Amino acid sequence: MHAEPAVIVDDISKTFRLPHQQYHTLKERVLHPGRARTYEEFHALRNVSMAIEEGEFFGIVGRNGSGKSTLLKCLAGIYRPDRGRVDVRGRLSPFIELGVGFNPELPARDNVVINAVMMGLSRAEARRRFDEVVAFAELEEFVDLKLKNYSSGMAVRLGFAVATRIDADVLLVDEVLAVGDASFQQKCFEVFRQMKADGKTILLVSHDMGLIEHFADRAMLIERGDVLATGDPHEIGLQYNQVNFGELVHDLPAYDGEGAHRAVEIAGCWIEVGGERVTDLPHGEQLEILTELRFHQAIVDPVFALTLRNDAGHTVFATSTQWMDSATGRFEAGEVATMRVGVAAWFAASRYRATPSVARAGSGADTIDLREDAASFILHSTRSTGGVLDVPHTLEIDRAGVSAQ
Amino acid sequence: MTTAAASPADGLIVGEFRRFLALTWTLAVTDWKLRFYGSVLGYLWQLVRPFAFFGVIYVVFTEIIGLGADIPNYGVYILFALVLFTFFSEVTNGCVQSLLVRENLLRKVSFPRLAIPMSIVLAGLFNLAGTLLAVFVFAVSSGVYPSLGWLELPILVLLLAILSAGVGMLLSVLYVRYRDVQPIWEVLTQILFYASPILYVSSLVDECCQRPYVAQPIAAVLTEMRHAMVDSGAPDVATAIGGAWRLAIPIGITLLIFGLGLWLFNREAPRIAEHL
Repeated sequence: MHAEPAVIVDDISKTFRLPHQQYHTLKERVLHPGRARTYEEFHALRNVSMAIEEGEFFGIVGRNGSGKSTLLKCLAGIYRPDRGRVDVRGRLSPFIELGVGFNPELPARDNVVINAVMMGLSRAEARRRFDEVVAFAELEEFVDLKLKNYSSGMAVRLGFAVATRIDADVLLVDEVLAVGDASFQQKCFEVFRQMKADGKTILLVSHDMGLIEHFADRAMLIERGDVLATGDPHEIGLQYNQVNFGELVHDLPAYDGEGAHRAVEIAGCWIEVGGERVTDLPHGEQLEILTELRFHQAIVDPVFALTLRNDAGHTVFATSTQWMDSATGRFEAGEVATMRVGVAAWFAASRYRATPSVARAGSGADTIDLREDAASFILHSTRSTGGVLDVPHTLEIDRAGVSAQ
Repeated sequence: MTTAAASPADGLIVGEFRRFLALTWTLAVTDWKLRFYGSVLGYLWQLVRPFAFFGVIYVVFTEIIGLGADIPNYGVYILFALVLFTFFSEVTNGCVQSLLVRENLLRKVSFPRLAIPMSIVLAGLFNLAGTLLAVFVFAVSSGVYPSLGWLELPILVLLLAILSAGVGMLLSVLYVRYRDVQPIWEVLTQILFYASPILYVSSLVDECCQRPYVAQPIAAVLTEMRHAMVDSGAPDVATAIGGAWRLAIPIGITLLIFGLGLWLFNREAPRIAEHL
């Protein structure tokens, strides 16, 4: 069990110098000898350490610009860390920025061979693997087509096929699922499962926490070049959401400064499960969306409403007092009230944003206050059905007996 | 270079050597194929350029200016010299942008970076071999027959290849930082063309400057080429430079440039992807 780790990253740091002005010609260098030296330092990675065991599926999450891609490039040997040490045992296959580097002028055949040789196969071996690669990418009919005539999806498929078919010991994957259709994604998942079963080591960088939770044995969260935490993917997922959306669930800032002049002001909106504020929750959980309302003028029978939108912007749920009991009563100036919307989270896995609103009595069109995306939460699910909802349901197969004829 | 941060992008370590060779070969072969892609006459076009240029020069110099009447097999000499210089010029100018052109490879895969300039040298050698075949035919038909001296050709080509590789490594890595390397090198190539015995022969150079002139590696190679390949009556390079031991100067310059190129390239190699 305690063999040598497959990948060791020992306290690496990487700093990029961003010159204030890029000097690319000698003339500019000569004319402005002093000016070229001013630059800003950008610490992409700071004292990052990790050890990944052989056969482990390791997830790295972080927001854009957190340093996760830089870390992957240091691992792949494309960037060289300023300090520290990277040790990879065995052959490494990188699949970075959706590709392995193709020459658009060459047909698939030559590109595959070049890439395989680059990753350390012999020429003979590379040619032998070619058919397998093309079959996996389902591009048999297009082997003699130049890469520039490939669609981006086809090129990604070919790249992924090369990266995964060269028998590497360690696979590095960066945001593979950003493109590609559903069937390709399914194929990627199968490859991950197969490689995991074969005891290969996989490093997956993503901001899709669901994917990482599903596959990874362990995960790491990085933010601004620092490792915030390493551990159980689910725990990391919770922390990631806090980093990502934590600020959204706190009290709202005064709305364009005139909140106090409104008859009713939405002062806050958050999500609770079992009385505790949360930023993420599992599928099926009973959740409450709470909206704090402050009344600055007396008002009779206002209409309270709330809509919930998913990541794609579709309204998956909406409710309003208008549809239930329009007589909400009289509210006095200075009163504070809370709207509680309880709902069971039978939605698909996604991020959801809640938009609460208050309107004057009537059709609900005379809005007093509306806070677009005032709160958000992430819903986790172990499955992705492709549906907007994933409601409790039954599914049965009734078989008629085989009739003998 | 600190040893603390050894990573696969570092220069050449022994275990990587086979991969480097396989990669250099693969890149060179595809480069070569790419050149002939979509052109029916492929190889013939490859020959048209030097031969057409040669034709013009030959007519202008021998027929119009009347040069070379006393130089035996002047035409064959020009052609050989031209082809060898074209090799040097093609390789070095090809190396200039070589890293930038392959940006998408460099940014995504770690491999011995040296394979890129070396594959250009290798592809240049393929071209040279192809062109030389035609030049041999021309030589024989002009009455210059193969002799034992022709065996020197591989050595001369090797020296030229080492020089080209050295210059190529320097230029490719400098271009990543300074984009004006390209126009500068184009001009320098022009100057070198006239500073080397291509349109004339080195024995025409004034006695006083003969020795320093031949110390220039390309001039040395071409001078020896004339003696070995075209006209055994012409002085060999050792005579031209004034003693065999002085050959250490052009050879030394060649090795120095190669060493400098290799050193600079390997120093910059781990960071090429960041600077592109």
